[in-house]
Amino acid sequence: MNLLASLRTALRALRKNKLRSLLAMLGIVIAVGAVVATVAIGQGAQAKVAAQMASLGSNLLMIVPGSIAAHGVATGAGATQNLNREDLTAIERELTTSVAAIAPINRTGAQVVYGDQNWFTQVQGTTAAYLQVRGWALAQGEPFGREEDAAAAKVCILGKTVVDKLFPDEEHVLGEQIRVKHVPCKVIGVLAAKGQSSWGQDQDDVILMPWSTVVRRLVGTQSDAVSTMMVSARSPEAVDDAQREITSLLRQRHHLSETAEPDFQIRNLAEMQNAAKENTNTIAILLGSVALISLIVGAIGIANVMLVSVTERTREIGIRMAVGARGRDVLFQFLTEAVVLASVGGVIGLLLGAGISRWMASRFDWPTLLSPPVMAATMLLAGFAGVVAGFYPALRASRLDPIEALRFE
Amino acid sequence: MDPSSNSGAPVVETRDLVKIYRMGDVEVQALGGVSLTIQGGEFAAVMGASGSGKSTFMNLVGCLDKPTRGSYLLNGQDVGGLSRDQLARVRGRQIGFVFQGFNLLPRTNALENVELPMLYQGIAARDRHQRAAEALERVGLGDRLHHTPAQLSGGQQQRVAIARALVNRPTLLLADEPTGNLDSRTSVEVMGIFQELNEQGLTVLLVTHEADIADHAKRIVVFKDGLLLEDRPVTRRRLSREELVEEARA
Repeated sequence: MNLLASLRTALRALRKNKLRSLLAMLGIVIAVGAVVATVAIGQGAQAKVAAQMASLGSNLLMIVPGSIAAHGVATGAGATQNLNREDLTAIERELTTSVAAIAPINRTGAQVVYGDQNWFTQVQGTTAAYLQVRGWALAQGEPFGREEDAAAAKVCILGKTVVDKLFPDEEHVLGEQIRVKHVPCKVIGVLAAKGQSSWGQDQDDVILMPWSTVVRRLVGTQSDAVSTMMVSARSPEAVDDAQREITSLLRQRHHLSETAEPDFQIRNLAEMQNAAKENTNTIAILLGSVALISLIVGAIGIANVMLVSVTERTREIGIRMAVGARGRDVLFQFLTEAVVLASVGGVIGLLLGAGISRWMASRFDWPTLLSPPVMAATMLLAGFAGVVAGFYPALRASRLDPIEALRFE
Repeated sequence: MDPSSNSGAPVVETRDLVKIYRMGDVEVQALGGVSLTIQGGEFAAVMGASGSGKSTFMNLVGCLDKPTRGSYLLNGQDVGGLSRDQLARVRGRQIGFVFQGFNLLPRTNALENVELPMLYQGIAARDRHQRAAEALERVGLGDRLHHTPAQLSGGQQQRVAIARALVNRPTLLLADEPTGNLDSRTSVEVMGIFQELNEQGLTVLLVTHEADIADHAKRIVVFKDGLLLEDRPVTRRRLSREELVEEARA
């Protein structure tokens, strides 16, 4: 019996028992649907994390003031003011082989006003190096430079969200004067939109201003204390060197003995990025194995139905054998049925999975990525599950004794 | 589509055919050494009570089973030592079966039922359709090609089964109680088809326990306790054609 004829025979047999065929393939439908949907969701998440990591900047280190213990009372990290601009300048000057750029950050919240619009946002006091460290770009305008920082110039760069809030109708914002707290500032640039960060924060709801403008004019102190420094190492390999060199330089500058606890902390964001990537990988593997298990369960469902079907159709098998079907013809027939069941189930599952991931994408604003190789592999796997599931029932059918089979009621 | 005719040469030739079934520790001798020759073109009826060994004999002749001892030549070929798959091939090509219970595939129309034996001979789909339609035409069911067994009467179902048995042009037609499920008039009609086929040269071997059905054959073989008891020609042969004419008159 050739392939086409046995395919048609299989389809005919499955059509005669629609409900049972449907139930038999349900397991495979769910399994394939689950694989396709979870992989799409997982890969979407990975792509999202990768994009977020890129927006965070590359090879990042963050230096924050550490805790100090005075008279047995420890303060929390960042509570002290023992990092200053001179530390930053020293790192910038002395560690040129490992450090690509370093930027100070002092934040303050501020009400911003333009015309009759106003908004409350984060103002980050920093230097031009900040854009380089974070790998951010300007959509319009120019960044501020050293002169503006030295002069505490009244200029600012706006994030996309701030532009939308203050200038709902206007196209041209460069050169406009806005008020940040009580300080009038000229808009000299607009940041390219970046969207949400991995923890759901709107990265566009921000204003960048020269560090000294924020500290001297908005906060209003003469202190040189820097609340955070962001460092970009020259390469992924240089991150560890940079961390070690910055540690020893700062210990030396802060006159710390060899046994003393450091009064600053260095956080390695590169490690965080890797951890996040590993997390999404772990989740993908987890979801994948759950889906594989459901594929096995689906195969068991097909095997079960095929066994029942072989018993029920014993007489049919006897008739086929009497009119000339060989054992292998019968084997092939039932194997084909199982594979057709699994493949049709697989196709339905594929459509279901694609539908679910589309729906997730639109309903929950969760990025999904349908991957053709994964879908093809899943289909192959489903077909293979059909072969495995169908083999034993088909073998049993092929070994029936034609006389007994013909007598079967 | 003529059934192959080879009058004269033996179609079935058994020598001391023995079949022993093993049921646990007990051995049951179903056939105790049967030697029988059926020439091409013969029409023989096999009779006997249940347990006489006639079914075992028919299974062996139909290549559905293998003998324990003895030899069986089908058209001169020794089929005693063939494997399961080789026997299936012999069945498909040389033997046509007609059963008491029709044994048609349910929910499958007449055409597809008749096509079934050709599926396993690698015959192209178009030829299958044509030959199946012709075979059904021959048994008078040319207008019932797309009816399923449930939509056909018993006699019509048996005709479909006969068409199926003929479609691979076998040299031997085996009919196992073909009229067992039919009323007397339909039985006579079905026997008429067998007689017609036999007249065209087809060798027919018929199992029955009804004497008046057996009288449609040309020769009667009686089994008892696994042995051949009697082998005689039919003296007053019934001809369906005449019976049906008489019945119409009555």
